[in-house]
Amino acid sequence: MATSRPLHELTLHDARDLLQTRQISSVELTRAVLERVDAVDERVKAYVTVSGEAALKQAGDADRAIGAGASGPLTGVPMMLKDNMCTRGLRTTCSSRMLEQFVPPYDAHVTERLRSAGAVLLGKGNMDEFAMGSSTENSAFFPTHNPWDLERVPGGSSGGPGAAVAAGEAVYALGSDTGGSIRQPASLCGVVGLKPTYGLVSRYGLVAFGSSLDQIGPLTKDVTDSALVLNAIAGHDPKDSTSARYAPPDYTKALASGIKGLRIGVPKEYLVEGIQEEVVEVMERALSKLEELGAQVDREVSLPHTRYALAVYYIIAPSEASANLARYDGVKYGYSAQDADDMWDAMEKTRQYGFGPEVKRRIMLGTYALSAGYYDAYYLKAQKVRTLIRRDFEKAFEKYDVLVAPTSPTVPFKLGDKMSDPVQMYLSDICTIPVNIAGIPSISVPAGFSFGLPIGMQIMGRPFGEEAIFRTAYAYEQATGWHNLRAPL
Amino acid sequence: MALSKEEVQHIALLARVGMTEDDLELFREQLSNILEQFQVLDGVDTSDVPPTSHTVDLTSVFREDKAAPSLSKEDVLANAPREDEGFFRVKPVLG
Repeated sequence: MATSRPLHELTLHDARDLLQTRQISSVELTRAVLERVDAVDERVKAYVTVSGEAALKQAGDADRAIGAGASGPLTGVPMMLKDNMCTRGLRTTCSSRMLEQFVPPYDAHVTERLRSAGAVLLGKGNMDEFAMGSSTENSAFFPTHNPWDLERVPGGSSGGPGAAVAAGEAVYALGSDTGGSIRQPASLCGVVGLKPTYGLVSRYGLVAFGSSLDQIGPLTKDVTDSALVLNAIAGHDPKDSTSARYAPPDYTKALASGIKGLRIGVPKEYLVEGIQEEVVEVMERALSKLEELGAQVDREVSLPHTRYALAVYYIIAPSEASANLARYDGVKYGYSAQDADDMWDAMEKTRQYGFGPEVKRRIMLGTYALSAGYYDAYYLKAQKVRTLIRRDFEKAFEKYDVLVAPTSPTVPFKLGDKMSDPVQMYLSDICTIPVNIAGIPSISVPAGFSFGLPIGMQIMGRPFGEEAIFRTAYAYEQATGWHNLRAPL
Repeated sequence: MALSKEEVQHIALLARVGMTEDDLELFREQLSNILEQFQVLDGVDTSDVPPTSHTVDLTSVFREDKAAPSLSKEDVLANAPREDEGFFRVKPVLG
């Protein structure tokens, strides 16, 4: 076997090369990653469900496809899906008691895409319940631990996918990002996380949270892998009416073109109060590196409405959530309270026991913001300020090709540290939320460490400007090599 | 912006989420704190600003009204908490 690394540490593109040249088989690779899961997941807790037997069967199919010359870059490579993407015949829990026993009768669009690309599904990743949270501590089952320091959180809500990729428990994973839920865990786990442009990847079969904000994207070990996975999942889907009519390019072609002359803006509003000093230092070094690589970096860009983003988000996302989660009534599927006198009583008890505290908090908040007499003051006002935040970005992108900022204001925090104060937890997403409000793409890449804890940098682009952010991320990654470090488990 | 216990009770009723007395007090406090953060928006002049409901410039999306197979009855009912002769069974609606 021609690799100096254990198989579970391989990137997707390395695995692809070894599979295509028959130096390894998919069954061999899948076994190695499943053994890694056996060895470390007791400590990391990245998986809600492991489907080892089905994975090995898919790996066998993949080996036959490779043998027959009918394979692509994803064929035979084992991966994880966050547990809010529907998988036919395999339970999809959203890390909620409400869906603990739910077995979807259909595949999400991304599941279908990956299956037809020959991907091997290892299992489903832990998350904050219904994707609401920033630490994965809101999982109704158990928290996930950060592979770089098991006493710390992996971020959230895609903490299972972030931790699994960092720990070698999956070659890559898909997460979902409503306010930072791919990028923030990527930053905290030292991996690459991409939130594509709203509408680029179909949301069909993604359990809905904030429908105007949700977007699926990859968590990977490097930027090349991110482009490969996006190639497989992007594109129009008639089953999602918000899916964009846009023909995506081959994203891997954008990678190697360099960033000489690229205009990079640094919004100064992202580097103010509450940001840890080590994050600012890492950012400063990263900006110097980008300049060294030939980019023009302007550190004095202003997105003046950034300070309103958190309030806008925590009105819009819960409002949409309160409507989306009305479907959990205990009638059609999911948890159902049986000790009830009538239909209303059954519904109230079902939702009382089926939902955890953060989900209830957001449903309540959204219900209030949408209720008679408050709609104009909260929801409509937030939608108007949303327009102003979008315009800030539009104006900045007239002058700059990409914008660069920290992904998370802090390094990974300790489990339990922010659980008692929702407002403190919400502040974890302060750097990532504006991107979802504006619907633009953003990628988080590893940019350094502080006392062994990863720190990420995000690169934001114009709508459908994934190529520019990939190009920037790749040039930076290749010049620094942070992505080659693996968590010492 | 402090909520009263009665207001929290009313929101819980609208949202159909059952609550204990302790829940009501905890949510009263936490939701009041969160709503306070929203006051920052009061100072933004939005008099001439249209709302953004979502960021893709799409209006209504139409498709041809063509019949196609949907999920089988077995699939649809497979997750039903209570099923009766091919129907979802619910608790009494009228007392």
